[in-house]
Parts: sequence; C-alpha cells; structure tokens
Amino acid sequence: MSTIQFTIDGKPCTGKSGQTIVEAAKDNGIYIPTLCHFEGLKPAGSCRICTVKVGGRFMAACTTPVTEGMVIENKTSELEDYRKAIIEMLFVEGNHMCPTCEKSGNCELQALGYRYMMFVPRFPYLFPKRELDASLPKIIIERNRCVQCLRCVRSMTTSDGKKIFGMVNRGGHIHINVDRELAKNMSDEQAQKAMDLCPVGSILKKEVGFVVPIGKRKYDAMPIGSEIEKA
Amino acid sequence: MGREDTIVKQVVSKYNNDKTRLMDIITDVQNELGCVSDETIRHIASQLQISSVDVEGVVTFYHFFSKTPRGKYTVYLNSSAVAVMKGRTAVAKAFEEAAGCKFGSTTPDGAIGLYNTSCIGMNDQEPAAIINGVVFTNLTPQKAKELVAGMKAGKHVQEMVTEFGDGANQSELIRSMVKNNIMRKGSVIFAPYELGSALAAALSRKPDDVIEEMKIANLRGRGGAGFPTGMKWDFCRKSEGTKKYVICNADEGEPGTFKDRVILTELPSMLFEGMAIGGYAVGANEGIIYLRAEYLYLKKYLEKVLSDMRAKNLLGKNILGKGFDFDIRIQMGAGAYVCGEESALIESAEGKRGEPRNRPPFPVQKGYLGYPTTVNNVETFCCAVRIMLEGGEWFKKMGTAQSAGTKLLSVSGDCEKPGVYEVEFGITVQTLLEMVGGRTAKAVQIGGPSGNCIGKKDFGRRICYDDLATGGSIIVIGQQRDLFEIVHNFMDFFVEESCGWCVPCRAGNVILKERLEKIMSGKASLKDIDELESWCKIVKAMSRCGLGQTSPNPIYTTIQNFRDIYEAKVAKDVDYVTSFDLLAAVQESCKIAGRIPNVEEH
Amino acid sequence: MSKPVVATASLAGCFGCHMSLLDIDERILKLIELVEFNKSPIDDIKTFTKQCDIGLIEGGCCNSENVENLRLFRKHCKVLIAVGECAIMGGLPAMRNGIPVKECLEEAYLNCPTVDDNIIPNDDELPMILDRVYPCHEIVKIDYFLPGCPPRADLIWEALVALLTGKELNLPYEVVKFD
Repeated sequence: MSTIQFTIDGKPCTGKSGQTIVEAAKDNGIYIPTLCHFEGLKPAGSCRICTVKVGGRFMAACTTPVTEGMVIENKTSELEDYRKAIIEMLFVEGNHMCPTCEKSGNCELQALGYRYMMFVPRFPYLFPKRELDASLPKIIIERNRCVQCLRCVRSMTTSDGKKIFGMVNRGGHIHINVDRELAKNMSDEQAQKAMDLCPVGSILKKEVGFVVPIGKRKYDAMPIGSEIEKA
Repeated sequence: MGREDTIVKQVVSKYNNDKTRLMDIITDVQNELGCVSDETIRHIASQLQISSVDVEGVVTFYHFFSKTPRGKYTVYLNSSAVAVMKGRTAVAKAFEEAAGCKFGSTTPDGAIGLYNTSCIGMNDQEPAAIINGVVFTNLTPQKAKELVAGMKAGKHVQEMVTEFGDGANQSELIRSMVKNNIMRKGSVIFAPYELGSALAAALSRKPDDVIEEMKIANLRGRGGAGFPTGMKWDFCRKSEGTKKYVICNADEGEPGTFKDRVILTELPSMLFEGMAIGGYAVGANEGIIYLRAEYLYLKKYLEKVLSDMRAKNLLGKNILGKGFDFDIRIQMGAGAYVCGEESALIESAEGKRGEPRNRPPFPVQKGYLGYPTTVNNVETFCCAVRIMLEGGEWFKKMGTAQSAGTKLLSVSGDCEKPGVYEVEFGITVQTLLEMVGGRTAKAVQIGGPSGNCIGKKDFGRRICYDDLATGGSIIVIGQQRDLFEIVHNFMDFFVEESCGWCVPCRAGNVILKERLEKIMSGKASLKDIDELESWCKIVKAMSRCGLGQTSPNPIYTTIQNFRDIYEAKVAKDVDYVTSFDLLAAVQESCKIAGRIPNVEEH
Repeated sequence: MSKPVVATASLAGCFGCHMSLLDIDERILKLIELVEFNKSPIDDIKTFTKQCDIGLIEGGCCNSENVENLRLFRKHCKVLIAVGECAIMGGLPAMRNGIPVKECLEEAYLNCPTVDDNIIPNDDELPMILDRVYPCHEIVKIDYFLPGCPPRADLIWEALVALLTGKELNLPYEVVKFD
C-alpha cells in the first residue's frame, strides 16, 4: 500500500491507499464520530454521523476511501451541528429510556449524546410502537432501542454463512429480525458477541445485566473518541 | 408434502435454485398462493439454502409483496397528489362503500382488498387503479361501484376492461384502456424510424466510435440526474470484468412521470435497439430491463417484441452477422420508488432489498452481480438510437449548450391537455404552460416531488439541466389548489418510500412531515418555519442517496418560493406556540372511565 | 436588593430530581443565602404568592393536573427549567406511550391481581389521564434542560449558580448523564 498525503481541517496527515477516511483519520489521532461503523465489518454508511465535507460535498467518512491530496473538513460548526442533529434524530426516533437500559454507560449512542452535549433533542419525540422479543433462548431483542446500524446483520452468521439477523420492512417501519431457527441455536459466545457488537441496548444476552457499577462504565468518565484523540 | 411446499419447490427449481432470482421467485409464489406467509418464507429459504430473514427482508420491502392475503381481487388505488386533484377521494369512498372494507384492508370473506399505492404512472388519466395487474383509468365513483359489482359477480378482471386506449394499447397482448396522450412529437423520440437501422449503423463502427458519438452529442441521462451517457459507457467499457451488463431503468416512479410508459408501449423496439447499441459500446452481451411492477400489463407485449427482434436477428447470437451477441431479459420490480436509484435497482435485480449501495465502487466498476454495469434510462437509450442515425452534431444542435437534444415531459395536473410532450431543452415554463393549456397556473412542480415547486415569478426559467432539471415530471397546479395539501401528499410519499437504511432520510422525513403538520394546523410560530427550513437542509446534506437528498424539496422549495403561505399560517408575535390540545388529549381516557372531560383552558 | 425567587414542582416524576437537588449537601446553605423559595415541596408553599425568577420542573405530563400545574409555572416564572429525563422526554412514565390508554387503565384498575374493586376511577375530582405522556416543552416553552435520572447534584448546582450569577456555565464531562 502506498503512502498518501491529505489534510483534515488543515492539518497535514498521511495515510495508506485503500483506507477509509475514518481509518486514516484515526491513525492520525483525529476522531471522526461513528456509530454504525465497527472495525473489521464492511462499512454500512447507515448512521451518517461520520459525514465530512470534501470539495464542498458531504460524504460518509466510513465508506469513502481517502485519496491523495484530499482536503477534508471534519470539525466545522456546520458538520458538528448536523452530526448532533443525527444523534438527536436517533433519540427521538426510538424509545431510549436510558435509566432503564442495561447498556447505559456503555452505550455508544448515549456516549455520542454526551460528547455532543445533547441536553434535549431539537426534534419532537416520535414515541414509535416497537416490539420487544424475549422469546429466544439466549438473547433479548429490544427494538425500542435499535438504531438500525446493521452491525448484527453484517457480522452474525452461521458457520455455513447464513445470516442470523436481517432487516425487515422499510422506511420508518424497518426493524431487525432473526431467522428463528438459526437464532435458537446461538451459542453463549455468539449471544455475547451479538450483545457486544450492538452499540446500544438492543441485543442483550439473557441473565446478565448491570454488571459494571455506575462510575466504572465505559463512558462514565471519558468521552467517546478520547482514546483516539489522546493516542 | 403440502401444496405450498410443492409450489415453492416448483418455482424455485424453475429459477435453477438461483437466489439472485428471488424477486421472480416471490412473485411467482405469491401469484400461486395469494401471499407469502412466514411459513412460505421458511420454505423458500430452505429451498434456496439461505436465511429466512433474507427472504422476509425482501418480501417486506416491496409494496406489492405481502405476508397476508390481500384479496382475490386486489385494488391498488393511486394516492398521488394529481390523483387527489382529479377526484381520488370520492372514488376511494365509493370503493369502500361498495366493497365493504376500508383502504388498507381486505373484506372479511377475502374477496376484495383495497390498498393505496404510490404514483402508478397514469397521471394524465387519473384517478387510476391497478386491479390484479390490470390498469383502470379515469375512474369515477360510478365506475368504482361497477368494478366492485363485477368483482362480486366473480368476473375476470380483464373482462371488466370495456374500452381500449390508442395505438399498441389495443394490441392483443396489452388490451388496456390506457391512453398514450402523445401531445407533441419532436425529432428525436417520436420521429419516424426504421427498426434495426441504428443498430446496423452502430455495428459497422468501432465501439469506441459509438461512445465518441454519444460524447459529441453531449447526451445526458434522461432520468433527471443528467450524467453524461458517453462518459458512463466509456467508464463501463474500460472497467475490467469478464462480463458486463446493460440495464435499462424502466422504473419511472417519480410521481407525475409517465413518458417511459408511452415509449414502452409505442417504441419498445427502439428502446431495445438502444440497449443493444449500449451493449455493443460497453462490451456487454446481456441486458436487463428493470420494469416497474405497475407496468406489468406491458410485460407479455414486451416479451413478444423481444422475441420478434430475436427472429429478425436484432437480438441473440451474431446480430446482423456482425459477430455481436446480445440478449435482454425483463426483470419485474415489485413496488419501490427507491429502486429508480441505479444501485438500488441493481440490488433489486439481484433479488435483494432495494437499498442503494455505498459508492465507490460505482456500478460501472462493480454493478450487477459484481460485473461492470451501465444503467440508463428508457429515454436515454432511445436518444442513443437517434444519435446513431443522425449523428452527434445533429443532436447537439437542439436544446441548450449544456442540455442537448429533446426531452419528453409528462405533463399533468390542472391543464387542458395532459400528456407527453417532446420539446427541445431550454423551453421556458411559460411557453410550456401555454402549450399544455395551463397558463393560469399558480405553481408548477418541475421534476416531481423531488424537484422544485415554482411560482409565477419563475415561469420565465428554462427546463434544462443547468436551470430547472427534470426527469420529465411536470405537474401544473391551479389557482384553486391548497399547496399545503400537495406538499403534505408528497411528504407522505417520501415517508412511505424511504428505504430506511440511513438515519436522516428514515427519521428526518417523518420529523419534517410532523412539523409541516404543526404549521398546517395553525398552531405554530415563525420559529417553526425557520426550524423546518433548517431541518430540510440537514436531511438533504446528510442523506445517503438521491432520495433523501431531495425528499425535503416539497417543503424546502415551497418555503423558498411561497413563504407567504407559511407565514399566513403562523403566529408572528410569539416565538413559541404549542400544538398540544388538552381537551383532545383527555378525550379517550375520559371515555373509557365514563366521565365528561372538564377542561378549563388558561 | 431582594433575592431571586425559585419555585419547584414534581409533575409525573418520582421526586428523585428533588432528592438530587438536596444532594448538593452543605451547598444547600449557600443556596438559601442566594435565593428565596416560593411554591415548592421544599418549603411546602402550595400556591404561588409572587412572581418567580426560576421554576424547576421535574416530571413530564401524564394527566390534566400536570398540565395545569406546568402552565401555572410558566405563567409565574421568568425562566423555566426542565429538570431530569421525565421532564425532558417523558422518562419512565412515557414507557406507556406505545400502549393504548385503554390497555393501561384496564391493566392498572381491572386486571391487576391486587385489585378487587374492578372500576376505572371516574370521580370528577381526579385528574384526567392524557393519551400519552408529554415532555414539558411540548406543552409550554422551556428555557433550559438539565438531563439525568436524576440530574447530578453538581449539574443542578452549577446550572443554578450560573443562572443566578451570570457566570459562564462550564460543565465537566462527568456531570451530564442521561441515567
């Protein structure tokens, strides 16, 4: 892979060809907020929080490869406001009752809310009716909290390559579902993996929860992204 | 083994257990069983050796697939804005009263289902409905009652078509009451042409020369986005791939457009010839026409045209003895506006949910089944035919510097002569309005809901890529109309048609519609208008594909061009107005508890 | 110069936010020096006796009484602050928002195993239940929002001090939380 030069908000950076903007930024100690992105999975580009501006055009940094001489705008007030708007849309689009959630403190959506100092979403709460499915042996699917990031869809497959999770319906009615037979056979390890991959509290492994006390959780003390910025 | 299982096995083996043909498999199974239940989904999945949630995902994505039965007769009544203008509400009521069920449901005996659907490409003859694949136009409440009576009498749907449209609509394989309404013929599409002549001309030249001719012509995509066709073909030709594909986008779903319907009816061989020329240019031997489900009534006819062309050696092996092989198959859609987006269309043609892809890679690099693919509009292929015959220089003389040639416009709404007009690019809206008998218009929707709603002060502007771009949809809005109702109808459309993949489009359009409704209710302030406008910008900027990037336009362009109507709705002296209504909010609980609401508003 | 006047209320809340206000510990003494309380459960003043500078609202609106109370606060307070998740977005009571009112009432008053009266309360003195739980800012204008369940005592303190002294509000990361 050849080395390439580009800038983010004027700062000269180097990257490798084939890297996405998100990956290359990270290597340069620059955090571009992401939610649907998960290292090692094929980018979905669904949450759009990582949107940056290149040549006056908005594009998702998780799906766009970095190229030689690219001039990337990342932390402009416009982009930061639009990203915050996306976070706010997610909060009003689902039913995010943080105080009741097993993932609270470790939730990436919540952490983004903290990072962007969301005190109240600018949008009206939609209070959608969503179904919770606790009928599977190993996991609970709590759709009220789902952000449609597709991490579970992209990663959770059986040994012969069949998808365990998938999206059904479309538009505002879209939600995750499972192949019930395949989901029934999930191992403890798979259930744990699914829960860990889920950025919010939408996939929960049964019989565990609230393991880490308040104050010790992932995002209690330090903002999401600070690990990249400090490095 | 049950009947269901047997049918699934038959259908799946008919498509060689090929999961990329899932659209066709589901269509055929649904035709046999009436719906695709969870049980059926499991059968299909197990036959194809894929996850059932993959199949369920596809079944639930498309409007015309259903997990539950939708009646022996299924009425899909167009709910587009122009349908409403032309009396849809009364027709819907008549259907409901006669059938005995509400829209969105099926009669208890399972005989008749009534469902709304997005624009079906009949805006020049609305209200219109599709019943079991057969199109009924110019409906009236009386006709609706007669149709229901026919259904109750067990008539075959085709029998209920008693009059036929003009041209090929009367042909044995179409037998439809749809009218062409070709109101103006230009020199590119609707001029006389001799079948096969353009293909012969193309095959006598090098593929690069064919592409060069398109570049000289400055031919740009007729779907609306206007990407240069020569460049697209060039990219596709130069992309590495053991195979290449040509796909015709015949999924015109933008409310108000119907010009491709007319080409498909009257000039299908010209279109197929254009696809073959495209195939020759890019180095493809296979073509697919992705036909929107609403145009199912044309399928048999198109199949016949294809087989006639094969018989004349204009398709198939060694075309015209020039050593070029090319054939075309028809891929039916199943009701999803977003599939008009080229990468979503490819996904759908591969038997998946019609969700747009992330780019790069572009379809010309990795398209259908991963092979380099050029996707072009129906009208674009026809233009290519004419360019092969008359030359790029000839073509370029028409239109404007940036927008060469002619454009088919589908004109509907409040005008005397709705229909298809072939005009040179650069025509002003005013001239067009005079041509169509709509000079008293209050507003004109250029390019459908995703385009621009303009008022009188902009009627001097030109229809072309660099001013008012359009894929062809022109909706004339008369003085008597409430623009809010039209804008609201358009937002309903986008909320319904968003694929749901990305957040800004999925959630944003719902939010925009909610705030629009607040303003429409009059319980709003100037701040609500400003917020709504700024939210439109967010959805446009952050959305992944063209749908979300343009879906706020009904609101955004009317705030810009008709701000006075918004301001007339809101309070101007306060910065906060609630839409909360205490009396309405306690109504239900009081009724349940058996008490009279006692509300003193402060 | 007279001290700024503060009023507080708990609508559809659990009083947890009020507890968190008390959680400012010894700073409460300083607060008493800074402000005077009017209508509030803290001093048990039941009705407004004067116009107030700051109103702190805990809880969202689930019934007609909440709505009346909230409107009263808006009328009497120059600045109105939504304190805590319930006030901001309905909070836990809003978990009923996806369930039809009829189902909620029947579950609570008819089908619940500990109920034997089998009547949905209908006395005219009782507040009327709303169709769903509303965040406060959907009903009246809210000037500031303090998230948390409950908001951290430090957040309430810092926000009040900033508001009372005109000092810039500079919040450490740890104090803005949604749980």
